Amino acid sequence: MSLLPALVMLPLSAALASTLLPLRWRGPLGVALAVLLAGVACGLLRTVVGDGPQAHALGGWAPPLGIALVADGLAAGMVVLTATVALPCALHAALGLRGEAVEDGFWPLFWFMWAALNGIWLSADLFNLYVGLELLGLAAVGLVALKGSAGALAAAMRYLLAALLGSLAYLIGVALLYAAWGSLALADLAGFMAEAGVAQSGSLTTLVALGLMSAGLLLKTALFPLHGWLPPAHGGALPPVSALLSALVIKASLYILMRLWIMAGPALTPLALGWLLGALGAAAVFWGGWMALRQARLKHLVAYSTVAQIGYLFLFFPLFGVANMDAARLAWDGTLLMLAAHALAKAGMFLAAGNLVLAVGSPHIADLTGISRFRPLSLMSFGLAGVSLMGLPPSAGFTAKWLLLQSALASGQWVWIMVLVGGGLLSAAYVFRVFRHAFVEGPARDRFASPPLALELSALALGSASIALGLVAQAPLEWLRIGSPLATGVP
Amino acid sequence: MSATVLATDALYAWVGVLLCGLGLFGFIIHRHLLRRLLAFNVMGSGSFLLLVGLAQDGRGIDPVPQALVLTGIVVAVASTALALVIFRRWHRVSGESTLPEDV
Repeated sequence: MSLLPALVMLPLSAALASTLLPLRWRGPLGVALAVLLAGVACGLLRTVVGDGPQAHALGGWAPPLGIALVADGLAAGMVVLTATVALPCALHAALGLRGEAVEDGFWPLFWFMWAALNGIWLSADLFNLYVGLELLGLAAVGLVALKGSAGALAAAMRYLLAALLGSLAYLIGVALLYAAWGSLALADLAGFMAEAGVAQSGSLTTLVALGLMSAGLLLKTALFPLHGWLPPAHGGALPPVSALLSALVIKASLYILMRLWIMAGPALTPLALGWLLGALGAAAVFWGGWMALRQARLKHLVAYSTVAQIGYLFLFFPLFGVANMDAARLAWDGTLLMLAAHALAKAGMFLAAGNLVLAVGSPHIADLTGISRFRPLSLMSFGLAGVSLMGLPPSAGFTAKWLLLQSALASGQWVWIMVLVGGGLLSAAYVFRVFRHAFVEGPARDRFASPPLALELSALALGSASIALGLVAQAPLEWLRIGSPLATGVP
Repeated sequence: MSATVLATDALYAWVGVLLCGLGLFGFIIHRHLLRRLLAFNVMGSGSFLLLVGLAQDGRGIDPVPQALVLTGIVVAVASTALALVIFRRWHRVSGESTLPEDV
């Protein structure tokens, strides 16, 4: 019995069940099922590590007619990462939203989001990825709109328009690719394109298709300068929602882009294009960092930090594109570790920021005065996450930057080193700015709301995980290579 | 596969491209959210036409694009509905029919 369908079916059924259940049951059910799903995710990873990549044809219909779910090391890793981030967020939501009006809509949307994420990680064909993207987008927009305030609604609308435009561009690309190659399965397409050679596969249709799909995915990933929708959406949402959106949702479109890029092969993805994406990523690192430094509100600072951190992930494209095998491997390892480190750290940081905002009763950084003495645990989680974002040893953020740095050296692309170092300094500046305010002894303010301990612990768990991952990164990185182009020796 | 068949196929696909272009143009120049939503739907229809039109290249009837377009229509209807709900709420809360200028 394959675990693959369960990873999509379980959250889908949970979404339906939680619309039917009475309100007070949804939270406990959410946490319990999240634990179960995390178990299934670990089971999948164990199978993949033990027996190699897994595939499952839904309903017994073999591709290309049917839809197959495929789990290689990367997919299994993403499934586990999703569970690792979503579980503390579910706990945070179950306690933090209890009794509030928004809880009604949260749980179904949370489960739809999880189902869409798992669907995307495990999909092996372009159209299934499209459906996953749309489901993910709609669930995420719903989660942003939950608060119902004017700001939240405007942010949700802006997000929805960007998401719709992005997925439509992707869909048109899928149409063109199908017309040109007659298949939607990633593996088929990769085979056809490699077989046909550059002259044929580099036809105008294919190039336009790949261009449209990439543009749509970049919009959904919020790469600079297409990031305008992200800060209001991520900064204005409820804390567990911001955490999930920043940690996982934007990674889904990036994941598809990486798969697409690898599928098309070096012939269709010239190094110049990779450099373009890398340059945009570098701009994102500096612009996002600078804007984060200038925010007055705590959660908006964290949201702009996401804009900056996305930039690092795009260094993958120029570094992976070189013919140098070592550089490509280091780029793959570094990018994926950076992705995981950012997911854990940013989720922890958003949850901690949510706790701090709750404690001081104000969204402004300047109002944090005196908090260090009263809510040290939340501040510490914020700091642990910050250490990983800055890339200080021994965090996962450091190890990831170290790998990317070595990849930049091995491929001779020195310029990215400046980005890695400069971006780290900027992150340090905005994280310390929060601490500067937090450690000021305020004018006789000693009353703060106290969030339940579990809220603080869920933030702490994620923050510590982002540090701990740096210490044990070797084994997970080997698992992620299972079934990847690096495992077969062709970059 | 006669020249006329080819011409009709190309016609559908090109009309699809035209609709996409028109929709994108409308999506960019309009600020009113309802107009932007309509423009998005025009663009969606264009891409469906493109999907079906391109698939008729004389290989016989291909059911895959039809199935894809059906799914696409369902998705488009769902997203339009969600957008309308958010737009109505936004209109009720703020009294505006456009989004505030970019931050």
